[in-house]
Amino acid sequence: MEVRVANVRKEFDRFPALHDVSLDIKSGELIALLGPSGSGKTTLLRLIAGLERPTRGNIFFGDEDASHKSIQDRNVGFVFQHYALFRHMTVADNIGFGLKVRHGPSRPPAQEIRRRASELLDLVQLSGLEKRYPAQLSGGQRQRVALARAMAIEPKVLLLDEPFGALDAQVRRELRRWLREIHDATGHTTVFVTHDQEEALELADRVVVMSQGRIEQVGTADDIYDTPNSPFVYGFIGESSSLPVKVENGEIWLADRPIGLAAPNEPSGDATLYFRPHDVELLDGCSGCIAGTVAASRRVAGTRRVELEIGGERQRVEIELPVDHPAAHKSRVAFRPGRWKLFPAS
Amino acid sequence: MADPEIKSYEQHHESRSPAVTESRPAQAVLMAIVFAFLGIFLLLPLIIVFHEALAKGVSAYTQSLSDADTRSAIRLTLLVAAISVPLNIVFGISAAWAIAKFEFKGKAFLTTLIDLPFSVSPVISGLVYVLLFGAQGLLGGWLKAHGIVILFAVPGIVLATVFVTFPFVARELIPLMQEQGNGDEEAALSLGANGWQTFWYVTLPNVKWGLLYGVLLCNARAMGEFGAVSVVSGHIRGLTNTMPLHVEILYNEYNAVGAFAVASLLAGLALVTLVLKTLLEMRYGAEIAATRGH
Ligand SMILES: Nc1ncnc2c1ncn2[C@@H]1O[C@H](COP(=O)(O)OP(=O)(O)OP(=O)(O)O)[C@@H](O)[C@H]1O
Ligand SMILES: [Mg+2]
Repeated sequence: MEVRVANVRKEFDRFPALHDVSLDIKSGELIALLGPSGSGKTTLLRLIAGLERPTRGNIFFGDEDASHKSIQDRNVGFVFQHYALFRHMTVADNIGFGLKVRHGPSRPPAQEIRRRASELLDLVQLSGLEKRYPAQLSGGQRQRVALARAMAIEPKVLLLDEPFGALDAQVRRELRRWLREIHDATGHTTVFVTHDQEEALELADRVVVMSQGRIEQVGTADDIYDTPNSPFVYGFIGESSSLPVKVENGEIWLADRPIGLAAPNEPSGDATLYFRPHDVELLDGCSGCIAGTVAASRRVAGTRRVELEIGGERQRVEIELPVDHPAAHKSRVAFRPGRWKLFPAS
Repeated sequence: MADPEIKSYEQHHESRSPAVTESRPAQAVLMAIVFAFLGIFLLLPLIIVFHEALAKGVSAYTQSLSDADTRSAIRLTLLVAAISVPLNIVFGISAAWAIAKFEFKGKAFLTTLIDLPFSVSPVISGLVYVLLFGAQGLLGGWLKAHGIVILFAVPGIVLATVFVTFPFVARELIPLMQEQGNGDEEAALSLGANGWQTFWYVTLPNVKWGLLYGVLLCNARAMGEFGAVSVVSGHIRGLTNTMPLHVEILYNEYNAVGAFAVASLLAGLALVTLVLKTLLEMRYGAEIAATRGH
C-alpha cells in the first residue's frame, strides 16, 4: 500500500509540531523517520495512523484520501514506543485481540484465532510463550509480542515508534536484523521512528531526516550520508567539520588565502564549508590548502582524531589522521577536504 | 536501558525494605503509641458495641433484630445502597474517564466539584436538598402540584446518599486512569476495536481493582451515612429510617440492646469491608501492583 502525506500541518494548541510536510512512501518500502527529540517524528507517525488529525493537508492510502478515516478503518498496525501490551491478557490473547474484536463474518472462530496467534508467535520466534503475561516477559520479548499483535490484523501499513528504544545495544542489533528479515518476508509497507542514525541508515530503504517539524531530506543511506542537503543534515548525520569561508570569483578563500577548491557555481560572499573529518587529503606543502596547528588529539578506534587551530582567528576543525601519522602537539598539518559542500553563512 | 514496566513492578516489591534509621527503643515507642491509639479509638469501641449488643444474651439480641421497625430499617438501608452504589459506579467511571482521558475546558473545576461532598458537612448537603425540594423550597411547589414526593421519603434519602458517596469511585479511579494514560486504549483502537470494546476489554480490566476498592468504600459509606440522610429522612419509623438513624432512635429510647444490636450490624459491615479489602490485597497484591504501575 502506497502512503502519501500531502502538505500536512499539525498544530497542538497553536503550537506547530509539523509545518507543511509532504512525503511519498512506496508500497513495500521500509522507511525510517530520523531526527532529534521533538522534531515531530512521533506526530507524523500518529498522523499516518489516524491517532491524530491533521490541522491542514491530506493523507492518502493508495488513491484514497484517508485523512478523515478513523484509525479503526485505516487498517494500520501500530507498535507503540512502550509496547502498550494489555497487561491483564496473556500473550496469545494480546495477539488475538485484533481478530477477536472484529464483527460478523470477518471474525474468525476462537480456534482459528488461537492458531493465528501461535503462527505469529512462531514468526517472532517466541513459540511456547502463549500463556505468559506481559509482566513475565523481557523487554525484547515484549517488543516482539507487540509486533506480532500489530501484524495479526494483516495491516496495510506497519508503523513503529522507536521500536528498539528501550532495549540494550546487543538486543537492538539483533532485533534490527530480524525486523529487516520479517519485512522482506511479509512485504508490509513499514515506517519506523528512531533517533539512532546507525539504526536508520542500516535498516531502512530510505531515511527521512526531520528537524523542528520539517523534513530536511529524504533519501537512501548513501544519499543522506554522502550528499547532505543542509547544514543540519551534515551536522546530524555522521561527523562533520565546518569552517567559515568566502567565495570570490568561483574560488573558496579562507581568510586571505585560497584553499584550492573551486566553486564556479556559487555566488560570491560569505559561506560555510562543510566536510567529513575522515574525508580529507593530507598535503605536504601548502599552496592552496587548509593548514593549522594540532591543538588536541585523541585515538578513536582505528584512527586518530586531531583538532586543528586554523589561521589568526584560531578556528578549530577536526580531521582524521592515520594512527601512524607523525603529527604531534603544535606540529603543523595541511589538508584539503575530499568531498565537501558550501552553505550560505548562517 | 531498563524497561520502565519491569522497573515499576519491582519497586512495588522492594518498597518493603527501605533503610531503617530509627534506633530500636525509638521504634518500640512509636509502635506502642500506634497500637495504644488504635486500641483506644478503634478496637475498644468495637468491643463495646458487641458487648452491649449481647449484654442481655443472644436471644435478646436476635429478638431486637427481628423487631418490625428494625427490619424495615435494614431493608431501607439495603435498598438505598442498592440504588446509590450502581449509580455512583456509573457516575464515577464516567467522570474518571472524562477527566483522565480527555482535555476540555473546566476540567479543573469538575475535579474540584467531585471533591465537594468530602469538603462539605453532610448536614449541609442534606439541608440543600431541603431548601430545594422542601414545601417552601425552590421546587417544592412544582413537585407538590405534580404529586411527587422527594423529601421525607425514599427518593430524598437516595439523593442525599448518592451525593455524599459520589466521590469514592471517581476519586479511586482518576489517579489510576491518569497514570495509565491512553496508550492501551490507542493500541486497542489501532487493532480495530470500537469504543465500547475498548472500554470493556481494556480500560475496565485495567482499573478493576481500583474500582472494587471504590465500590467497597462507597457501599460502606452509603450504608453508614447519618448526617445528610438524617436531615432529609423525617425519621418516620418503619418508613424512612435507615439503620444509622434507627440506632439513634433506639438509643434515645434507652433501648441499649436494640441500639447496639443494629450498631453491631453496621460494625460487622465495616469489618467485612476491611477483611475483603485485605483479602483482595493479599490474593491479588502482585496483580494490583502491576496494574497500578506502568
Ligand atoms: N499531544 C501534544 N500536545 C501538545 N504538544 C505536543 C503533543 N504531542 C507532541 N507535541 C509537541 O510536538 C513536538 C513534536 O513532538 P513529537 O512527539 O512528534 O517529537 P518526536 O520527534 O517524536 O520526539 P522524541 O524523539 O522525543 O520522541 C514537540 O515539541 C512536542 O512537545
Ligand atoms: Mg517520539
